[in-house]
Amino acid sequence: MDSALIPTGVKRCSTGKFAFWLFIGLIVLLWGVYAMLLCWFKGLNQTNMNDSYGFALWIWADLAVIAIGGGAFFTGLLRYVFGLDELKNILNYAVLIGFICYSSALLILAIDVGQPLRAWFIFWHANVHSMLTEVAFCLSCYFAVLTIEYIPLILENRQVDKVPFFHYLGHNMHSAMAVFAATGAFLSFFHQGSLGGVAGVLYGRPFAYREGIAIWPWTFFLFTWSAAAYGPCFTLFITRITEIVSKKKLVKQNVIDLLAKISGWMIASYIIVKIIDTLYWALVTAPAKGFNVSFFYSNNAFYGYWILFLEIIICGILPAAILLTKKGRDNPKILMTALILGVLGPCVNRWVMVLQVMAVPVLSFENWVLYYPSWQEVATTILPVAYGFLLILVSYRYLPIFPQETELNPIVETEMKSETETEETIEPAGDQALSPATA
Amino acid sequence: MLPFSFEWVWDAGHMLFMGGLWYALAILGLGMTFCVVKSAIDVCKGDAHKEH
Repeated sequence: MDSALIPTGVKRCSTGKFAFWLFIGLIVLLWGVYAMLLCWFKGLNQTNMNDSYGFALWIWADLAVIAIGGGAFFTGLLRYVFGLDELKNILNYAVLIGFICYSSALLILAIDVGQPLRAWFIFWHANVHSMLTEVAFCLSCYFAVLTIEYIPLILENRQVDKVPFFHYLGHNMHSAMAVFAATGAFLSFFHQGSLGGVAGVLYGRPFAYREGIAIWPWTFFLFTWSAAAYGPCFTLFITRITEIVSKKKLVKQNVIDLLAKISGWMIASYIIVKIIDTLYWALVTAPAKGFNVSFFYSNNAFYGYWILFLEIIICGILPAAILLTKKGRDNPKILMTALILGVLGPCVNRWVMVLQVMAVPVLSFENWVLYYPSWQEVATTILPVAYGFLLILVSYRYLPIFPQETELNPIVETEMKSETETEETIEPAGDQALSPATA
Repeated sequence: MLPFSFEWVWDAGHMLFMGGLWYALAILGLGMTFCVVKSAIDVCKGDAHKEH
């Protein structure tokens, strides 16, 4: 039914199957939208935020998606600024994933503002002494960059590309993409850093407080570095999931191997600095404020030493060690394990830097405050997942996301004949498609 | 956001933050304007389909 919109030379599932999954995604999306509307119309009393927890569950989700969405700016930087040409074969997907992550982050912020009609205040009445103002500026501009990077993909749709203006626009945007990508990397450096800086400057909360260079605490640099290090893991993880679901190889192994290796080096260097930072904080910063490290990890049911172990050893050293070895990268199961840990790593780090910071008692008569999100918070946190699922579903079906797909999955003549009789949608392979022997 | 906004003060914070924001917006705006104008010119010239 929609075969005219599907890229040439690729095979997609039937319209019925596509519509079914679209429907499933929409149901979950609508549940999240309902919770979001409750928060907007009834107010933030729909959440379990209180005087101790000024940040709801979705702020952790916000920071986590921004971190794991870092694959877009880092892959763009490697491709356009450092000239790693092989990465063009995964860059489209990295951009799509980044676009989903950042639009989700903005959506979450729109919910968190409580009164979205006043969201523009942050630009018009900017508090230039706040790191969050910089975050808002950079996040908005970088989202504009991701939109600019995503538009050429839409313009490459078979039907859209037939319009001469759109055809030329897509071509010209590709030509100017290095400028946009470099701007995006610059913006990402600052907003990722400032998100870390927000925690690091909390001198009244010794668990988060860090020393640093001038006004920038170490967490400023650690956040940027971790996003660049772990972001590609999320790109590779979603790529692998897409390959499993579509039952196709979509990106060549040398591309996966290169990005995984770079990510491995980045994670290794990050985790060394993170260990040094943790030791310095534990041995110098915290004692100087009158605390033993054990105070931050004991006397509560949830935040034990295990969370430190999980973040640094399991989700830091382990994935770095796997990604740095060829044997680890070549074994699909071990690679997938490393990617999952690589996605979990920044999520745990952001959880610690957002929620554990709030849980630690500040005054001597206070206790640990444990936090349970309301169902509205859970629904609005799952909302971006459903939105991302839908956007990937539609983009994969109608846009040429994977440049190597036709080469890796040539459509054989006999297969075409047999399947055109069914509802399966197949378009004849173009010139780029290779025969199985050539492939 | 603009110098006639009532909170505006000509200090380093405003110049750095707002200057940075406008700088980024200017790059993106000029870049997109260039692409759109060039595409319109290409259409008028009626060049053959370019390869991406």
